[in-house]
Amino acid sequence: MLGWVLRKPRKFSVFWRMLMQQIFQIGINSIPIVALMSAFIGAVISLQTASNMDSPLLPDYTVGYITQSSIILEFSPTIISLILAGKVGSNIASEIGTMRITEQIDALEIMGVNSLNYIVFPKIIAAILYFPILVIISMFLGMLGGFAALVISGLQSPETYVLGLRSWFEVSNVNYALTKTVAFGFIIVSISSFYGYYVKGGSLDVGKASTKSVVVSSVVILITNFIITKLMLL
Amino acid sequence: MIEVVQLNKTFGKQQVLFDVSAQFYPGKVNLIIGQSGQGKTVLAKCMVGLHEADNGSILFDHRDFTRMDKRERRDIRQEIGMLFQGSALFDSMTVEENIMFPLKMFSTLTKKEIKERANFCLERVNLSGRNALYPSECSGGMQKRVGIARAIAMNPKYLFCDEPNSGLDPKTAIVIDNLIRDITYEYGITTIVITHDMNSVMEIGDSVIFIHQGKKWWEGDRHSIITANNPEVEGFVFASEFMKEIRTTLKERNT
Repeated sequence: MLGWVLRKPRKFSVFWRMLMQQIFQIGINSIPIVALMSAFIGAVISLQTASNMDSPLLPDYTVGYITQSSIILEFSPTIISLILAGKVGSNIASEIGTMRITEQIDALEIMGVNSLNYIVFPKIIAAILYFPILVIISMFLGMLGGFAALVISGLQSPETYVLGLRSWFEVSNVNYALTKTVAFGFIIVSISSFYGYYVKGGSLDVGKASTKSVVVSSVVILITNFIITKLMLL
Repeated sequence: MIEVVQLNKTFGKQQVLFDVSAQFYPGKVNLIIGQSGQGKTVLAKCMVGLHEADNGSILFDHRDFTRMDKRERRDIRQEIGMLFQGSALFDSMTVEENIMFPLKMFSTLTKKEIKERANFCLERVNLSGRNALYPSECSGGMQKRVGIARAIAMNPKYLFCDEPNSGLDPKTAIVIDNLIRDITYEYGITTIVITHDMNSVMEIGDSVIFIHQGKKWWEGDRHSIITANNPEVEGFVFASEFMKEIRTTLKERNT
């Protein structure tokens, strides 16, 4: 399947239009859910960390440091990708599945269009380009959520929290997170597209394909997360 | 001309087509008729490569489609237009965008020329001014007409129509049938229509083949089918009370 997907598009103008549509659908439409999740989970991470910091030996800025590390290393790239597997993955599987059962894919093939390349390639490129942007937004809003939670509840001063965020900050961690995100974006789109493209039957089967694509994408993301972590961090 | 030579198709252990051979002529409306589940659509889908035939040949003007690789097939498909049973319009595009799509993908026309061609095709199917509608905003008959407009946008040499008037009222069905016939005659297209609608057979059937149990059971035209001396064809043609009454009347007249 990927052999037919990863080909040079026949008409660049048509591909560009599809890419812009997909960036909007996959990327921009996902900003609200990513922002909401990130801000609240960032807030909860910082509150939970602060509430568990009983030892007087630990400096106050540890809360900011742990929040930063948790968000950059795991929450933003992995958890947000799992959420996107649900939102974007199910959307892709059902969209392509509906195209299959309503013979729209057959219509493309009859015209002589490489349907896999036309439908799936722009989605893969959009995900690879835009998922890292979503994750950067998530990182920023997660840390901002933590800031708001701690400062509003009076648990920490803004200076202490920011000092924690800046402590032992490593750019390589961000690179690691973004590398994971690119891999997860590819996994989500290719698996969902596969289940949508090869669906057989009617609307019930489209629903089943959509669910299956989310489950399989999530499992593959978790396994890939482990492999990439082992390769890049250890 | 399209020639099918000894075509066989099996799904798992079930053979659907048995040694089907047929010829489909240019400038004529060639019908493939038969009851549901007898292999009509499978035959048509094998002819356009949506199903892979087990063996046999499909010749598009002496070019053997079954021996072509995927790229060669893509090239020949640009000479094929197809109207699907459910129209298969791209629901994310407007009527105009649907028609312009194959032109944008394959032609070297300018934007202005593409738009003009789309408008011409829309005019040809009596849908002028409906450019901005989405498929979901169109009636069944309109969707079929848009499907025809999209199918003819690239000036195809071969036009396949899979049950073009299914789900349409009798009057709209006749409009669609007449449109297919007019376009076929006008452009000299080799048109293949899959149908089980006897009204269509009588309206546009220049050449008719009857598929029964996966075999070509009978061949003729709309005139000879009425008098076909074949129990299965007779059972199909005179299935309705209306057609039975016509047969009785014809027999009475003849005696």
